[in-house]
Amino acid sequence: MTAYEFTDGATAIVRGALDAGCDFFAGYPITPASQILMMMMAELPKVGGIAMQGEDEIASIGMCIGATMAGARSMTATSGPGISLYSENIGMAIMGEVPLVIVDVQRLGPSTGGATTAAQGDVQFVRWGTGGGYPIIALAPSTIAECYTLTMSAFDLSERFRCPVFVLTDKELNLTRNTVASEAYVKVPVRDRELTEEGAPYRFSGDAAPMELYGTGVVRFTGSSHTEEALITKDPAVVGRLNEHLRDKILSHRDEIELLDVDRDPEAVTVFVSYGITAGAMRDAVAMARAKGAHVSSVTVQSLWPLPEAGLKRVFEGTERIVVAELNPGLYLREIERIADGREVLGLNRIDGELISPVQFLEFLP
Amino acid sequence: MSVETYRNDSAYPFCPGCGHGSILDALDEALVKQQIDPAQLVIVSDIGCSGLSDQYFGTSAFHGLHGRSLTYATGIKLVRPDLHVVVIMGDGGTGIGGAHLLNAARRNIGLTLLVFNNLNYGMTGGQHSTTTPTGSITSTTPGGNLEHPLDICATVGVNGAAYVYRGTNFDKDLPERIVEGMQTPGFALLDIWDLCTAYFVPNNTFGKRSLIAAQEELGLPPGVLYRREVDEYAAAYRAAAERFKASRPLRVRAMVPDLTSSLDRIVNLMVAGSAGGKVRSAARMIAEAAIRSNLYAAQRDDYPITVKTGHSVSQIVMSPQTIDFPGMDEPDVLVILSEDGRRKASRYLPDMKGSVFVVPEFADLESSGTVTVFDPKSAPERVGKSELALAMLSGAVVHEGLLSSEALRKAAGAYPAFAEKNLSAIEAGLAMARVS
Repeated sequence: MTAYEFTDGATAIVRGALDAGCDFFAGYPITPASQILMMMMAELPKVGGIAMQGEDEIASIGMCIGATMAGARSMTATSGPGISLYSENIGMAIMGEVPLVIVDVQRLGPSTGGATTAAQGDVQFVRWGTGGGYPIIALAPSTIAECYTLTMSAFDLSERFRCPVFVLTDKELNLTRNTVASEAYVKVPVRDRELTEEGAPYRFSGDAAPMELYGTGVVRFTGSSHTEEALITKDPAVVGRLNEHLRDKILSHRDEIELLDVDRDPEAVTVFVSYGITAGAMRDAVAMARAKGAHVSSVTVQSLWPLPEAGLKRVFEGTERIVVAELNPGLYLREIERIADGREVLGLNRIDGELISPVQFLEFLP
Repeated sequence: MSVETYRNDSAYPFCPGCGHGSILDALDEALVKQQIDPAQLVIVSDIGCSGLSDQYFGTSAFHGLHGRSLTYATGIKLVRPDLHVVVIMGDGGTGIGGAHLLNAARRNIGLTLLVFNNLNYGMTGGQHSTTTPTGSITSTTPGGNLEHPLDICATVGVNGAAYVYRGTNFDKDLPERIVEGMQTPGFALLDIWDLCTAYFVPNNTFGKRSLIAAQEELGLPPGVLYRREVDEYAAAYRAAAERFKASRPLRVRAMVPDLTSSLDRIVNLMVAGSAGGKVRSAARMIAEAAIRSNLYAAQRDDYPITVKTGHSVSQIVMSPQTIDFPGMDEPDVLVILSEDGRRKASRYLPDMKGSVFVVPEFADLESSGTVTVFDPKSAPERVGKSELALAMLSGAVVHEGLLSSEALRKAAGAYPAFAEKNLSAIEAGLAMARVS
């Protein structure tokens, strides 16, 4: 007999983190992400890990970065206003090549906005929220079970690419309880950190190099432009190679990151694109449309960044119209437009704090 | 084999006459005295001229963002309490990172912080800092500094720091003081004043003698100012965590549905009441009763950020299929418990097609839906304020034929600590709805 849980995304993220071997968490209270902080504070001591409430968001992510360099598997969780304060340290984690999982439980903005209101307004912010424009990875679960699985994936990718990986969720997904079959939680393997105790701490090869951890040898770390030995440099040849490496180590391996949940109808001319909480309404809408005999395809984007271009283009083949649904003024739409290859791209958006409902999707079908 | 120096071959990059090099020499001497394994020491540097320091040592090093060095050092120390962590920060770092300074001291994390305090920002052009003396000329205080200088030592000292010392780079005993700081469990701070020959010295006709005199004149005397026995945080955390080790890990209650329901459509239920009325837990009970009846349920709560006042509204979606969309365009069943709730639900009332259940207070409610009054006075026992939500909801779902009374009782029975109260609320609801 199948057992069912009545649970929420925050709990699933915490379970995913624990099953991924997370042993360090630091965060600052913020609605609607605090549940993750509180659960991690309760759970990590039981498994020999450490959870801290920082004096602010900057301290929280800073502690995580230091902890990772000392050997921990670290996670932090916040909402949009907290991501603003993480900004500079996100850049440092990119530059210093620090594995780190950052959960962004989105709420309605800008500014303090609506603390208890769902939104998806940080989708470009997490991508471009720090100086330089270098890539990060962002995953977006659309169900509670995916909150679990994609949190594990985020840890795996952060180890694989030595970079911050975002888990982008929202108030509704984090706090709304839903019925989840116990078997719906899919575990994914999380690779061990590749370590070395010799050579330079960095390698500008266009792929992530093994890490050196404090306490295992003399280890240098820097957030400044550096040589492979982590010495500060302005040498254009070295700095150029460093920054190309930071770009290529992620963008040359998109195939290892790309995650799409595709539901294709070969006769469909319209394809719905969505992610996160809005993708649930989209899947409902597709079922409703098909029940009435309509043809429509849909794709839930689970890896938002880097843009899963190849997979999306395959989904778009044979279609004439793309509808991008999101709880923001059309932020991911522009990414889809870039790869739409002449197809009509329409936005289905809500920025009033309410969810997009399945019925709203149906208005886009003939 | 003993280590003779922790310095590497690179010459310091500092200006002629700058005190930073001599502080680093004192640090080197302190490390030699302690014979620490270079791999067991992490020098965490901040930003500014002093932030360059780590590159001149053959130890492990972390060079991070301006003002945040204490946060990285805290993360390192928490995970590896066996490592020595020395933080090097300028006076600038005590401004931009003031919150971290205060909290590292309060927390008494086992770090040794050396403040290279040259009374201005030397790397960016001689601007005034938190420690610039009142009246001093800097590039951003052309008429003389109007602000009071920060007493770094008192700030951390009165807030719990284990070891606090103020001096200058000219102190002959600086290496011994650094050793003392590093050997004291908890947070140690050494506020070491020195000369910025590029800016502060020429702008203020300042020198060694005026530097030493300034400490007395400003009422910031040198010496070991605070010394106390404390519990170092990383160790204290581990000790405190011990008693949780045997605790049961996170587990989510799983329910095996052993009842059935004839519900063949999605039903949207909304309960609208006030904070403190156990609205959310009542909604949860109904949702779990649905799950026990082989249905799917989702619960979405809405409440103001001040949780103990104002409205408390829960939406419950029940469906024979998995629920992809946990929201609702409008409720099929609306339960109104209070004026806060009525106000919040009022937008649905004019066009509602389903049923509205209200307490007698709202008997005159205008709605296109069917309004049914449930009177708590008709219940066999008094319905308390905290039982009203579950009683009204129970009455409503059974009245509408959505769930069986058996399912409700089963859901309530799963929480032994609250079962008695919840079961009595459910019975009250059934009586109000005149079903059994």
